[in-house]
Amino acid sequence: MAKVITITSGKGGVGKTTTSAAFATGLAQRGHKTVVIDFDVGLRNLDLIMGVERRVVFDFINVINGDAHLNQALIRDKRVENLYIFPTSQTRDKEALRKEGVAEVMAELRENFDYILCDSPAGIEHGALTALYHADAAVIVTNPEVSSVRDSDRILGMLASKSRRAERNEAPVEEYLLLTRYSPDRVAKGEMLSIADVQEILSVPLIGVIPESEAVLKASNTGTPVILDLESSAGRAYQDAVARFLGEQREMRFLKTERRSLLRNLFGRA
Amino acid sequence: MSLLNFFRKRDPSAAIAKERLQIVLAHERAGRHAPDFLPLLQKEVLAVVAKYLDVTDDMIKIHLERVGETSMLEINVELDQARPKPAKIGIKPGIVAKEA
Repeated sequence: MAKVITITSGKGGVGKTTTSAAFATGLAQRGHKTVVIDFDVGLRNLDLIMGVERRVVFDFINVINGDAHLNQALIRDKRVENLYIFPTSQTRDKEALRKEGVAEVMAELRENFDYILCDSPAGIEHGALTALYHADAAVIVTNPEVSSVRDSDRILGMLASKSRRAERNEAPVEEYLLLTRYSPDRVAKGEMLSIADVQEILSVPLIGVIPESEAVLKASNTGTPVILDLESSAGRAYQDAVARFLGEQREMRFLKTERRSLLRNLFGRA
Repeated sequence: MSLLNFFRKRDPSAAIAKERLQIVLAHERAGRHAPDFLPLLQKEVLAVVAKYLDVTDDMIKIHLERVGETSMLEINVELDQARPKPAKIGIKPGIVAKEA
């Protein structure tokens, strides 16, 4: 049965789109037919992160309004089989995501895909609420930083009260915490909230920790989901997170400070 | 890490961040289950009371509590400093609010 996973955070700039692209790619790589939908109407960016910006013809709003069929709007990924990208519209009409229209599209996607990923916009307005409404599971992307943790807590409250599952008194949305931009060095120095700190505050099971990595910017520069960069710690950490989501047991990696030689410590960073 | 940093005391700012978050979230979570109409209700009750008594915002407290199947709406109006309004709204000068 199809499963809708919403990637959300409340706060902007914490890595929702990067995570959506990575998770969708990872799930497709493991043989699951996956579509990733951009819910950020007016601020379309998933297409750029996925590197398909020049192939957008029809979008989510066109399909909701009946101006295009679903299969005309879905972009098939050329790198990974089973992966489709569903871009959003650049319209400035914030209410373009009509509730019934979105529900119809989601129902059609549920019939055709194993996993439907919803890349939520930041905030707690219409777009974000629409993205979380249909969720069966939610990945809460959080930076180890006060404003991000607080906003994640707020979004967890929304998931518990405003989702379709909550409305229908069904089993609650499965929640998973994904810590991103984590710097073991800074945690060791007491400058950054640790994994344990964030978990204690939010009490949501941890699905992965993505270390701060130069590979993320490099990946967005080239329009390649970072999970395909297996040389990078971020790419491998995303692979682990997807594996855990699918029920595999994997130990958390990249959590220790890199050992530097005594000479390096004394004479500054090389 | 340079030689200077090597001997410097560790920065405990993460501990401060954690403590601040725990306090602010405890407060925010407590208010989360209150229905959306409560602030408006509070404003309207205040407006009605203010017609007759000289009250300010912070003298009215409204809570909605839910225990199992029962909901209890609790409205507290602090009266010990409230003075009756002068005659223009028609209250007889003899009526004075009883001290709370």
